[in-house]
Amino acid sequence: MKIDFEHRQSAHCETGVISNLMRHHGLDISEPLALGIGSGLFFSHMPFIKVNGLPVTTYRIMPGDIFKKFSKRTGVEMKRQKFSSPEKAMDALDACLEQGLPVGMLTSVFYLPYLPRAFRFHFNAHNIVVYGKEGNDYLVSDPILEEPVKIDRRMLIRARFAKGMPNTNGRMYYPTHVPQDVDINAAIIKGLKYTAKDMGTIPIPFFGGKAIGFLAGRVANYEKKYGEDEAKKYLGNIVRMQEEIGTGGAGFRFMFGAFLQEASGRLGNPMLHKKSLEITKIGDLWRNFAYDCGRMVKGRANGMTYQDLADQLSDIGRREIIFFQSIHKMKF
Amino acid sequence: MKKNEVPQDDENLFEGKFKVVKYALDDDGNYGTVGSSGWEPENTVLNQAWDEINKKVEATLKKIQSGELSPLAYHMEKNIMDVGMLSQYMDISKRNVSKHLEPNGFNSLDEKTLIKYAEVFDISVEELKKIE
Repeated sequence: MKIDFEHRQSAHCETGVISNLMRHHGLDISEPLALGIGSGLFFSHMPFIKVNGLPVTTYRIMPGDIFKKFSKRTGVEMKRQKFSSPEKAMDALDACLEQGLPVGMLTSVFYLPYLPRAFRFHFNAHNIVVYGKEGNDYLVSDPILEEPVKIDRRMLIRARFAKGMPNTNGRMYYPTHVPQDVDINAAIIKGLKYTAKDMGTIPIPFFGGKAIGFLAGRVANYEKKYGEDEAKKYLGNIVRMQEEIGTGGAGFRFMFGAFLQEASGRLGNPMLHKKSLEITKIGDLWRNFAYDCGRMVKGRANGMTYQDLADQLSDIGRREIIFFQSIHKMKF
Repeated sequence: MKKNEVPQDDENLFEGKFKVVKYALDDDGNYGTVGSSGWEPENTVLNQAWDEINKKVEATLKKIQSGELSPLAYHMEKNIMDVGMLSQYMDISKRNVSKHLEPNGFNSLDEKTLIKYAEVFDISVEELKKIE
């Protein structure tokens, strides 16, 4: 049994699933639009929370929140479920498929055998869509892949019931109501304002544009504080979060640029097009930073110091604050 | 980033399975998507993470050979787990997992627990007792 579901490759799993699921239900939403309406872009550095011994740096809001914000702002109603047992979780999935409903779900990339080995860590918040079943195999639209794939029932169960941060508990979701007269422009403005406010004005040092400067201060001391080897691990983790599969490049900054362009066209607001090119420049600075971190990690620093890397980050932080504050002040 | 700047630094991390999507500008300053086979700094930090994991596995193997740890430690590290995560998968206390990481604790495990561990790692009980 196979639902007629159009798979389109995306840069990021959550925004990709939103875009693909919405299009299936008649709401044509590009991936950048899903990011913007769902206020996906963010920045946060939380040295007091560690994963695998490394402090958390993130360029986006919490997993799952993009979809929640997107739904709220477009009036899309979602059914979300989690399960106490794999049998119940798979029965519920099968029942949806029988009704012709493609189902989004949370999985751990560690247990998705179709992904390349190098990317299979215990990351338990990967979104995929299951849109059919053939014998013992499920048909999967994994947004980061070029083509749909198959996964056997046993492995899908493992991926759906991963433990750790977070326990996936068979979580799945599907739209129950997708309005056909959504005021996209209003949703765009809401999403944009939220991101601009959070990035530009949160006074707490760990969150928003300010946190980039805060991270800069930490990076400047990495080598002194942790020694060369540990410092490299800390640095590597910042870059992994920024550039690993699923950001569209430069920690979502380029995807956000694409969103601003689309918003500019839809709202007839040329200023947003200008803003798109500004965030692209900032994205390029993020890329330079990642490039230099890569050199440092490889031991090819050629005299470059951690202070130099920190200075780059401070500059990016200042620019992002100015950038988002300027959007925060815009009238729509 | 311009479309022609989207990196194609293929180090086979994608195993030739696919290219990832990157957002980039065309010559007229309009956004679109381009496939990328990898980017050097990204490859560097990903390899760095795996080197760390492999180092841990190697160090664990030595400790198993010297009798400090049980084969369970090898399978745990190889599956990128720690005591906390493994205890969640096993639904037993961290203290018990730690006990099973020691040769004595592991050797006195009953068949039921061995099977459960083997299932967590998706291997047979025979394989669980070996380190390869």
